[in-house]
Amino acid sequence: MTLKSCCPTMPNSLLWAVDIFGRVYTLATAGQYWELCKDAHLEFKRVSAVKQCCWGIACDNQVYVYVCSSDVPIRHREETYENQRWNPVGGFCEKLMPSDRWQWSDVSGLKHQLLDSLVLPSPHWEWESDWYVDENFGGEPTEKGGWTYAMDFPATYTRDKKWNSCVRRRKWIRYRRYKSRDTWAKIPSHDDPKQLPDPFSDLSIGGWEITDEPVGRLSVWAVSLQGKVWYREDVCHPNPEGSSWSLVETPGEAVQISCGPYDLLWATLWEGQAMVREGIDRNNPKGSSWSIVEPPVPENGIMHVSVGVSVVWAVTKDRKVWFRRGVNSHNPCGTSWIEMVGEMMMVNVGLNDQVWGIGCDDRAVYFRQGVTPSELSGKTWKAIIANRENDRSHTGSSSSLLSAGCFFGDEVRGSGDSLAPSDTDTSSEADRPGLVSEYELSSGNSRPCPESSAVGSGAQGDSSEEEAALSANREGKAQVTAPAELPWTNIDLKETRKASAHSAACYAETTSLSSLGLFPMGLEEGYGADDHPLWAWVSGGGCTVETHTVLKWFTIQSGLSTSMQTLSLSITPAQTAAWRKQIFQQLTERTKRELENFRHYEQAVEQSVWVKTGTLQWWADWKPHKWIDVRVALEQFTGNDGTRDSILFIYYMFHEEKKYIHIFLNEVTVLVPVLNEAKHSFALYTPEKTKQRWPIRLAAATEQEMYDWLALLSTSCSESRRIQGRPSPQAIWSVTCKGDIFVSEPSADLEALTHPMPCDQMFWRQIGGHLRVVECNSHGVVWGIGYDHTAWVYTGGYGGGFFQGLASSTSNIYMQSDVKCVYIYENQRWNPVTGYTSRGLPTDRYMWSDVTGLQECTKANTKPPSLHWTWVSDWYIDFNISGGTDREGWQYASDFPSSYHGYKTMKDFVRRRRWARKCKLVTSGPWLEVAPISLWDVSIIPGCEEGSKDSIALWAISDKGDVLCRLGVSELNPAGSSWLHVGTDQPFISVSVGAFYQVWAVARDGSAFYRGSVSPKQPAGDCWYHIPSPPKQKLKQVSVGQTSVYALDENGNLWYRHGITPSYPQGSSWDHVSNNVRKVSIGPLDQVWVIANKVQGSHSLSCGTVCHRTGVQPREPKGQGWDYGIGGGWDHISVRANTTKALKSVSRETMEDNFSRTTDVEEGDGSGESSFFNKTMLVMNAVQEINGSAVTC
Amino acid sequence: MTDDKDVLRDVWFGRIPTCFTLYQDEITEREAEPYYLLLPRVSYLTLVTDKVKKHFQKVMRQEDISEIWFEYEGTPLKWHYPIGLLFDLLASNTALPWNITVHFKSFPEKDLLHCPSKDTIEAHFMSCMKEADALKHKSQVINEMQKKDHKQLWMGLQNDKFDQFWAINRKLMEYPAEDNGFRYIPFRIYQATTERPFIQKLFRPVAADGQLHTLGDLLKEVCPSAITTEDGVKKNQIMIHGIEPMLETPLQWLSEHLSYPDNFLHISIIPQPTD
Repeated sequence: MTLKSCCPTMPNSLLWAVDIFGRVYTLATAGQYWELCKDAHLEFKRVSAVKQCCWGIACDNQVYVYVCSSDVPIRHREETYENQRWNPVGGFCEKLMPSDRWQWSDVSGLKHQLLDSLVLPSPHWEWESDWYVDENFGGEPTEKGGWTYAMDFPATYTRDKKWNSCVRRRKWIRYRRYKSRDTWAKIPSHDDPKQLPDPFSDLSIGGWEITDEPVGRLSVWAVSLQGKVWYREDVCHPNPEGSSWSLVETPGEAVQISCGPYDLLWATLWEGQAMVREGIDRNNPKGSSWSIVEPPVPENGIMHVSVGVSVVWAVTKDRKVWFRRGVNSHNPCGTSWIEMVGEMMMVNVGLNDQVWGIGCDDRAVYFRQGVTPSELSGKTWKAIIANRENDRSHTGSSSSLLSAGCFFGDEVRGSGDSLAPSDTDTSSEADRPGLVSEYELSSGNSRPCPESSAVGSGAQGDSSEEEAALSANREGKAQVTAPAELPWTNIDLKETRKASAHSAACYAETTSLSSLGLFPMGLEEGYGADDHPLWAWVSGGGCTVETHTVLKWFTIQSGLSTSMQTLSLSITPAQTAAWRKQIFQQLTERTKRELENFRHYEQAVEQSVWVKTGTLQWWADWKPHKWIDVRVALEQFTGNDGTRDSILFIYYMFHEEKKYIHIFLNEVTVLVPVLNEAKHSFALYTPEKTKQRWPIRLAAATEQEMYDWLALLSTSCSESRRIQGRPSPQAIWSVTCKGDIFVSEPSADLEALTHPMPCDQMFWRQIGGHLRVVECNSHGVVWGIGYDHTAWVYTGGYGGGFFQGLASSTSNIYMQSDVKCVYIYENQRWNPVTGYTSRGLPTDRYMWSDVTGLQECTKANTKPPSLHWTWVSDWYIDFNISGGTDREGWQYASDFPSSYHGYKTMKDFVRRRRWARKCKLVTSGPWLEVAPISLWDVSIIPGCEEGSKDSIALWAISDKGDVLCRLGVSELNPAGSSWLHVGTDQPFISVSVGAFYQVWAVARDGSAFYRGSVSPKQPAGDCWYHIPSPPKQKLKQVSVGQTSVYALDENGNLWYRHGITPSYPQGSSWDHVSNNVRKVSIGPLDQVWVIANKVQGSHSLSCGTVCHRTGVQPREPKGQGWDYGIGGGWDHISVRANTTKALKSVSRETMEDNFSRTTDVEEGDGSGESSFFNKTMLVMNAVQEINGSAVTC
Repeated sequence: MTDDKDVLRDVWFGRIPTCFTLYQDEITEREAEPYYLLLPRVSYLTLVTDKVKKHFQKVMRQEDISEIWFEYEGTPLKWHYPIGLLFDLLASNTALPWNITVHFKSFPEKDLLHCPSKDTIEAHFMSCMKEADALKHKSQVINEMQKKDHKQLWMGLQNDKFDQFWAINRKLMEYPAEDNGFRYIPFRIYQATTERPFIQKLFRPVAADGQLHTLGDLLKEVCPSAITTEDGVKKNQIMIHGIEPMLETPLQWLSEHLSYPDNFLHISIIPQPTD
């Protein structure tokens, strides 16, 4: 009803900040308090965060990485090969020929690699287990011992020993695990001390959007005090520390650096210009060259820059904030500077190009409001006034700070000696050498003072209180300075002994450029005035703020509302409040009192027929098919008992003759929105229309009008069937290829043995939200996965999306977003003169096209799938395409259309490459995000005994292929509590858990696995049993019902696992059941439902159709034929909640009635309906008219 | 579980069984039978009494008929107050049906407004709506609506079409997500015991400290006498739509769910019945 119910679900993404004392705090997007970083013993100068981790430079000048904890471990597989050769005497033995490879080697055989030679790379790793032999060979189990055989090294290995097998080898595996999570892990410096980078003064991480390979790859850039720029090699998800620092040549000495999520990298130079990295791309994430960008005003050099995907913000020495116009991948330098309002110490660009800054005067963190893709510069700065969760430490420090200030007094200035002892002390302990080395380095840099007056509030980048106070004092007192001899530390640096005698003011001056000062000028005053935290640094690289995000950062929240904010599926306090109960109760009593005895009274206002009329367009039934204007009227009757029924009339002209068709809404089985850029339309199905595969399609002039009609018709359909509120726990859930979610209440006779209800009579209603996969169980636990792999849990609400107001539940509806890619293809033909060009043959496809080549799709004219989607990226080359690509993304073939490969041969005359562009949808629905792990697949145990206290088994596959088991899932807490990682030797793609805790899974190599000993007591089971796939097929999905196990292969074949018994749960063989299957769902009654690829109707062909296996019985689990339900355009179905068994006494008459009624409805050519039963294979005839299907995939 | 939306339905479909009797001094040709009707609480007397008028006019001479008006126990009933409010204020805690006397003569000019046609009711209703939205959203929502939306609101009320009315009215019940409620709560407090027609002041749904204001907070502020107690016994009933919400009920919630169609919370303060 109100917008508040749309309070977005925010995965708790974090804003990181450092206060002037070096303490690191995080502020969650859903939170209201700054929380002190869990590992608080270190003090930091700089942090740079992304979602999964944060890098920082601590006051000991060491670099640390803080990897956020996750239920999925970071694992790395070490492997080495044991090689043997056969000789007539001893058989296979360790004795190899002199020309052979090492007995222990890497896969190539070139590197000697003993088991013991593989050691943990840093103290932050631990071994998961000991070495073991890999007995899986390309999805097939090997003989005992894991040996694979070949004629000679190097060669193709096979699992079978042949007469000519002279050599063999086997793979040893050992996993190591990264253990330093939720803590600051020091980046080890193995490097040669001579090349050891001098202490870093700035650091920035980003670049995760440049490429997905390896997973979680990051660009980590750092600037040393000497102004050199360093790049950390090999930082990625499985290697969070990276391997080594490499020096990147620069045209000048850098001061500060900023790396965006994609290919932008800017750094500031001592001279006040910025340098911009050019040539960063997937093949060269380090880039190739630098360009110089002059500061906006020559006298005020750039002090600080921060970059996003396509924005650059800068702060000049006079603290003015600047926005760079015209920045993008092709022009990373941009075009010109625009001055922004406000004075900042620094600014930071985070996710979605959102911007944060630290105010110059008050040291508060500011958030730039109103930054949108169309208005990247935003509107205003708004101060974040969230409190710190724990202010005790704050007061403590403040007093120590003041006392420190008192202690040092005014005399401190100019007396280098008073500073020296403490410095040497700390540095010799190497515990907090940060500030020391920094002093030292500034002296080493021997920079002349540009001006003698203090620029802004320059001071040290350290965070020691005494030091801070000291520099503040120095700052506070004017420019009277005396030369000071600064002490040396034990850090070995070149060039250090140069011009050490410089005025202290000068150091303050210069260092203020290298690192932002920690204090503003009037420090004491500013501090005393109010006790809000004073910040030194902020990083928004891990903080997701979107236009619909509601932040609670800008008001001080009272205690009560804090508890109200907690988003959870449990009933909110407001709903259980006594006042609410009282109102419900009193209203009931009132109605009883005032109405009960007076029902016979006449109503003052008579109920009447209500008609909604309008003008729509209708996709005409006759040829040539086209959109024609029609008048439509919906007549709603209210019966005496309050029930409603409705008829939809469509009035049209046919050969200048007025005609109409009418549809009883209680016969409508589904209404499907069909959005494309051309038409705002929807499709209406009845059982008859489903058989024809030819729905009634209606289009409205505007999207709003279409949704008004769709919402009204949907509500009327539900009303006429007396269906309202949340779906029952037995409901069948499905998803279309557009991501729309539909749910159907199963009738008792749906799974009847004889005369089951035909599934084209099922009524489907839409539930708000956008998903790729939805899975349910009979306890009402429903999970979904979005196109962007986000996991969602059903909240128990209904409506959302375009169902506004009354068609939607007031609570449990949240914002939901999804991201998917739109693909277009660039096609080129080779000619002998110019090589590959975009000039094709006259007969060729468009040079920019869709996948088929039939439709022209250029970068400019390709639009997001509908108005609801907005572009969130630019076009980029997609390298993740089957067949592989070359370095530029091209795939080659002899001619169009053909199968493509990722390398050029002599026979190839055409090539193509795929471009992708991300678009995003924001909608609402009864779904809450289950952060933070993204999922590929999910399965919930179909049902367990009523009242069982065991938590509900839920298994999932992460988007990285990890197998996960969810703990703590129950009816009351469907989201569960945490993930338990189940180790595997390779990535998995599908998982399913059956009614008796039989867990089956499919690995990426196409073979299946059975998980042994899974039980409520042992939720993750004990070990995997390898089950070979059907011959020459790669499995892609598995579904386990009560006892049945079905699997689906990549060629659309459906397989039944034969020979499963309680004592032998793995079964013995795969039996072929059907082809033409896209998805399968086995229910708790072992019922078999699939999405069929193609189904021929009487009028048209549909792709993606719900089908139900008929004749499935305990004795005949494979069933006999298919019954065809709703489609095309359906992509996923889950029947795993439907435990509704047919009543024994389902009267035959009603069934007969149903049948006869369906036949009555059919008019005209109801040809071929009877043929829909008893087909053992899903039919797939020659293509007729595909455009009849409303939704095509 | 019961949904907040059910409250809207219950409020909308509230009915008061009423017995209309012709005033004894009215001149009739035949004896006038009383007329029984279920009156919608959220509507207006003159909007829903066409049947009553017709019924009594049948027994009267044409020349004796002038503008109809209603009276309960000597008090003329203001047609521009919602029916539920009139009942709560004047007749709650009495036996049902509600006995209303029908007059065709001696229109009490000083007590009642004339109601020459339904347009008058519509004008009054829409002006209340606009006033309420001025308080809630600085009139932004109602002004952004089209003429047909305004018409739909009125037709929804006139024809007792809940869905039709709420399809539009929900927009008036929204507020920006960053606020915790409306700008001001449109409310009117009526007291049976005073001459003053009603109390109406500016009152925000959220306190300066971010806490939600409750019904109790409102009364404490604008009508403290209503919630005074004597020896721990409540002196008054605080009534909306025939129920007594707890003083802890958040005002914003009340405004969203228990407002009359004119978007005002009409709150009746009536003396606690003695028994």
